[in-house]
Amino acid sequence: MLTFAVRRLVLAVPTLLFISFVIFMLLQLAPGDPMAQVPLTVPPEVKEKMRQALGVGEPALVQYWKWLVQVFWIEPKVFIDYLTNSSSLLGWLPDTQLYQNELRVISWQTRSPVMDIVIQRIPQTLWVVGMAYVVGILIALPIGIYSAYRQYSVFDQTGTFITMIGFSIPPFFTGPLLIVIFSVQLGWFPSIYDTTHVVNDWASFKYQLSQMILPVMVLALQTTAQISRYMRASMLDNLNQDYVRTARAKGLGEAVVVTVHVLRNSMIPVITVIALNVPAIFGGAIITENVFKVNGIGQLLITALFANDLPMVMTLTFIFAVLIVLFNLIADILYGLLDPRIRYD
Amino acid sequence: MTEPVPASPTPIEALADKGPLEPPRSQWKDVWDQFRKHKGAMFGGGFLVFITLAVVLGPWIWQVDAQKLDIRNKDMRPIWTALWDSTAKVGWNRPFGTDQLGRDQLAQIIQGGRTSMAVGWAAMILSLIIGTTVGVLAGFVRKADGLLMRLTDLFLSLPILPLLLVAVTLFRQPLREAFGPEGGMFVLIVGIIAITSWMPTARIVRGDILALKEREFILAARSIGTTPFRIVQRHLLPNVLSPIMVSATLGLATAIITESALSFLGVGFPSDFPTWGKMLADAVQRMQQFPERVYLPGIAISLTVLSVNYLGDGLRDALDPRIRGR
Repeated sequence: MLTFAVRRLVLAVPTLLFISFVIFMLLQLAPGDPMAQVPLTVPPEVKEKMRQALGVGEPALVQYWKWLVQVFWIEPKVFIDYLTNSSSLLGWLPDTQLYQNELRVISWQTRSPVMDIVIQRIPQTLWVVGMAYVVGILIALPIGIYSAYRQYSVFDQTGTFITMIGFSIPPFFTGPLLIVIFSVQLGWFPSIYDTTHVVNDWASFKYQLSQMILPVMVLALQTTAQISRYMRASMLDNLNQDYVRTARAKGLGEAVVVTVHVLRNSMIPVITVIALNVPAIFGGAIITENVFKVNGIGQLLITALFANDLPMVMTLTFIFAVLIVLFNLIADILYGLLDPRIRYD
Repeated sequence: MTEPVPASPTPIEALADKGPLEPPRSQWKDVWDQFRKHKGAMFGGGFLVFITLAVVLGPWIWQVDAQKLDIRNKDMRPIWTALWDSTAKVGWNRPFGTDQLGRDQLAQIIQGGRTSMAVGWAAMILSLIIGTTVGVLAGFVRKADGLLMRLTDLFLSLPILPLLLVAVTLFRQPLREAFGPEGGMFVLIVGIIAITSWMPTARIVRGDILALKEREFILAARSIGTTPFRIVQRHLLPNVLSPIMVSATLGLATAIITESALSFLGVGFPSDFPTWGKMLADAVQRMQQFPERVYLPGIAISLTVLSVNYLGDGLRDALDPRIRGR
């Protein structure tokens, strides 16, 4: 198991390198010019120097190498410095001072390090997306279990129908729909997610809760639909197995049979699906963030794309790729850990 | 002297056939019978045929130009608004109302549906072709297997939506120059959706081909000297048709949603070229006054995708011989 995990981890490195190379080369074809905003009065030789300062004048391979160094060597140094210097978690350690003012990945829009902006944006995305994912899973599992246990009952039929609808309605329709119903006509929840809102007392906490409900509902609908379908199918596979009959035959109660014997076995594929869907949720959140004006990393990617901010786009896309590879790995390892019949050798 | 033996002995009574034998049933008749039992799939298939016919034949029946600006009749409400609001600006000549430039909404829905469905079908077919080719090659040619499957894994770990956004913004200009504003965008969106969605098909097809390749009928075909190409074409492809059809329905649904999502985020077709996602995105700013402009294209997308998904469910049940006949 450990060797398998290590091998997969080692294999993930060339995969990520290749993906980053593909994205980089794709971005090299971009028609935009970072100097397009500079006034025409600036003489061309100064412009050329500014271009050099942004690292655009170099050949593509050199640029790619520099990007790699910045992301994999300089940014970790900055991060370790931050951890030992100002974080409360590891602040007791001596200040490492690894970062010696080397050039970091700089955004062309703001001329500030890309990673700083990403770190600022990640909490919003994690709050909304993570909460939605947890809520979605918590709703989906009981629905899936019960509708498999009572297959073809009214509950199962309605549940299957509703999950099918949740599966089919895209988030860019459910978002406006919920806004029209709940924030325009009923006036219950705000339609825009206010990220500057600070929670410091009960009233502000209630406001935070009410502004999170709509985006969480939109994202959770998608998650619920997918996970409960998997849960139901997986439960159905297991309910007809011989060991279930044995468990009933030896006199175990229905509750024990379903929640202990069947559920534990059915959770194996469902947990891997849950792990596999995490990056997809981040990707899908791009649309939801756009609808509810959440300034998370999805919205950052869109604005960076429209502003032709290639370092930002490159780094963000790479972060998404890292998430996918990472969660694929986690899913594989979880599968091996949970199911003793699976042996990787 | 012995009795002359009758030419054929009289058959045993119990074994005699009561009537003429039923003609043998073809596989596709069984599939159709099973498919008909799935109500959702029948509804989905019916709705898909309806919406396809509506968008294909619609412009001949509802002969209003979707692009015609009629600024005097702008912001008309759909006809059913008159049921509860007698002062609303409605008219039978504009049953779905008009938008802020006076363009007829019904004609726009039809026109937008043509684009969305065309993109969906084209992207689905293209991705099936790529996926099936890769799958068959990987399953049939042993040398290519490792390489092609690594490629598939690699594509599976690409972040699809961010990459779609990147690619659309980057290649918009050159393709627009090559194929015109609408044609270029069509080629770009279809191509990009197809390139990023062929992997599941390839994996399923490869798995099935690997299993089928070891069966006796392939050995028989090989022993009478059938060329590999003919084996694939005559013996393998018909046998992997059912998983391909199921993934085709899923592909159609995702392609329609992806195209609408791109249009919604503002990187899709040009602004004067209606698609369902584009109409929805344009209407979001004024959805408080005119919610129907969000509802109508949204419902069109959702119902189409829902019917395609139900169709896929029914097809999966009907094409699976273990479920069929139960």
